[in-house]
Amino acid sequence: MAEPWEDDEVEGPVFKFLYVNRKAPYGTIYALESLEVVLIAAAFEQDVSLAFVDDGVYQIKKGQDTAGIGMKNFSPTYRALEGYDVEKLYVEKEALEERGLTTDDLIVPVEVVSRAEMADLMDEQDVILSF
Amino acid sequence: MPIEVNGKMLETDEEGYLADLNQWEPEAATVMAAAEDQELTDAHWEVINFLREYYEEYQIAPAVRVLTKAIGKKLGKDKGNSKYLYELFPYGPAKQACKYAGLPKPTGCV
Repeated sequence: MAEPWEDDEVEGPVFKFLYVNRKAPYGTIYALESLEVVLIAAAFEQDVSLAFVDDGVYQIKKGQDTAGIGMKNFSPTYRALEGYDVEKLYVEKEALEERGLTTDDLIVPVEVVSRAEMADLMDEQDVILSF
Repeated sequence: MPIEVNGKMLETDEEGYLADLNQWEPEAATVMAAAEDQELTDAHWEVINFLREYYEEYQIAPAVRVLTKAIGKKLGKDKGNSKYLYELFPYGPAKQACKYAGLPKPTGCV
């Protein structure tokens, strides 16, 4: 394995960031703000993961139509995350089941984890931001 | 300051990005480029059109690193590098090309 000083691309410390998304995509600004901060952090080459819990799972639900509320449908942007090397998307199993959803209802590939596993995941992080 | 494109005035923000991307037409890019003494060649249009398609699909303007990688994938390695893109767009490929393409300034643009 290369040492950090052998790699020109390493310019500073890399932290493990977990963005926890808890709220429905519209009605509050939390989901969109979270997504923007994620894109910014990714541009600084940090180790970024996203968690979707509670109503946050609706953020990545397929087939969103925002015409009636006059807001931009920003759900396609979650599919751009892969291009930003943000590939660790975790969804809480219980949150999906409570809402009658499965991974087939989601616009991006995710890893489904139990509530208990989600707690372990949070333990591993340097920084947790909850939206 | 609004810019005049085909007899229509298009609103822009203080940095020259179009206020409404739906008002964009190719002539808008030509007008913006002329104001910066930049001539648009086929190579420029390739990047501008790529950005239009990227926005259509993902609803954001890509950060420069993401743009570079995506261009490489779509148009080939010889074009997917900073040197090539900065030669085309000396003010920064993401900023300048996004502006010409009528997109908002890229999120996380530094």
